[in-house]
Amino acid sequence: MLTFVVRRLLLAVPVLLGVVFVVMLTIDLLPGDAVTLMLGEHATKDAVAVLREHLGLDKPFAVRYLDYVTRLARGDLGRSIQQNRPVARELADAWPATLQLTIAALLIAAGVGIVAGIVSAVWPNSVFDAIARLASLFGLSMPIFWTGLVLIVVFSLWLNWLPVGGAGSLSHLVLPAVTLALPSVAMVSRMTRSAVLDVLGEDYVRTARAKGVGEPWVLGKHALRNAFIPILTLLGLQSGQLMGGAVLTETVFAWPGLGRLMVKAIFARDYVLLQGAVLVFALAFVVINLLVDLSYGLLDPRVGRQG
Amino acid sequence: MTAWSRFCRNRLALLGLALVVVLALSAALAPWLAPLDPTRQTLIEKRARPGGKYLLGADEFGRDILSRVIYGSRVALLVSVLSMLIALGGGLLLGTLAGFTGGWLDAVLMRGVEILLAFPYLLLALAIVAMLGPGVLNTTIAVGIWGVPAVTRIVRGSVLTLREAEYVGAARALGAPGRALLRRHILPNIIPGLIVYATLFMANAILLEAALSFLGLGVQPPTASWGLMVSTGRDVLLVAPHVATVPGLAIMLAVLAFNLVGDGLRDALDPRLR
Repeated sequence: MLTFVVRRLLLAVPVLLGVVFVVMLTIDLLPGDAVTLMLGEHATKDAVAVLREHLGLDKPFAVRYLDYVTRLARGDLGRSIQQNRPVARELADAWPATLQLTIAALLIAAGVGIVAGIVSAVWPNSVFDAIARLASLFGLSMPIFWTGLVLIVVFSLWLNWLPVGGAGSLSHLVLPAVTLALPSVAMVSRMTRSAVLDVLGEDYVRTARAKGVGEPWVLGKHALRNAFIPILTLLGLQSGQLMGGAVLTETVFAWPGLGRLMVKAIFARDYVLLQGAVLVFALAFVVINLLVDLSYGLLDPRVGRQG
Repeated sequence: MTAWSRFCRNRLALLGLALVVVLALSAALAPWLAPLDPTRQTLIEKRARPGGKYLLGADEFGRDILSRVIYGSRVALLVSVLSMLIALGGGLLLGTLAGFTGGWLDAVLMRGVEILLAFPYLLLALAIVAMLGPGVLNTTIAVGIWGVPAVTRIVRGSVLTLREAEYVGAARALGAPGRALLRRHILPNIIPGLIVYATLFMANAILLEAALSFLGLGVQPPTASWGLMVSTGRDVLLVAPHVATVPGLAIMLAVLAFNLVGDGLRDALDPRLR
């Protein structure tokens, strides 16, 4: 088990180095120059040159990449251009808010999605099933930044139940988390429905029923346990969706997280900060999918040991 | 039963197809359908409520929302069709190259795909559009490139499976050259799956274009883009909620249309999956 974890972590290193490479190259090709943007259009050529040198932008791309990676190995992500603070500090400040938001959304997605999917599969083509399938179609089709605005109009403006935006209390978390979760609820319930339906058609389920095992036991012991692997895989993939969606949700609800920080960094051409933010998102995505792979072993004794 | 007749028996899929037709007509006939000039500003009538002269109301600058929604369908369709072609073209090329040649080229290409897939949804497109700068064309390119890695992986997977299929082996044994194998035997079998993927990709492309434009990194004003319209409406959300909500409905219906057609096509083309 330990060798499996270590091997997977080592395999993640080149992927993350590749992510850094792609982001740095992307930013390197930016048409707008960060330095000119910082100093304003009327800056003298000397001032621009001095600042470029100070930021190390005069060196060739390969040198800067190696430089960044070596400093990264020591945990140094550089200093943000706008605030002139260590990027690691800025990311650490914003990270908890995004973590809180995505975990809340993931819990909603898993809870509501799995329950709805199971009910749909146990009573296929029932009224509940029809409504759930229609709702999931809409859930997948609504742009989340718009869903967020509609929820604000209904729950903050008309009903006056929840705050419009910002962070601080649990009531601030409700609308952003629900908004972010909706497309994933739809995906999870669809996947759960088809996974449970598949398993319920298996021979061993028929055998269990034939020998008189009660329906709740069939569902809990046989169906759900086996249906869980595709559902778990989907939840891992959805975490990437949630992190990307967090950029939009945080913008809509003025939620002080990584996503909003990233959008600000793009507009300010603060490439050092942007680089760090993307790296953290990619790292989180890789780690979550590693955790998902590891948990297969817990659910299915056939998987995991040898990797 | 043919795939088409199976598709026609699916009422939801037909509804989706009808919506796609409406969308295409609205894009093609925008200048004749739009009751008013989508860019004409009348500041006296800004934020006009729906009804009367402005059927769906007017926005912050007094522009007719209905006309802007109709013109917005052009941007949505243009970006989604072109980006779909980029994603399919790039993915087909790289996927067949990786799957058919194998070896070090396959290894390098697939590591590259893995890296691009490690970007959580939206972030890759964000990074690309940050590089290229905003605008309709650059948004299209960003959305298209975002789709390439996934298509590459699907195509490579199918090529690898089909390459080992018995009828392909038979053709090879009869002396068919590699190009003929690819064109006559492998590609035709990948196409049905890709059509389904392309339709569902269109739905995602519309969502992604809207999201980029909403963030201010996609289509720029004064071009009428649905995502941009929602973003403008956001500033007056509390006094005139219709400005943001109406264009959002248009996004939802367009995305729903392609999702319904995609689901219907999948069921029709591969009845075993039902």
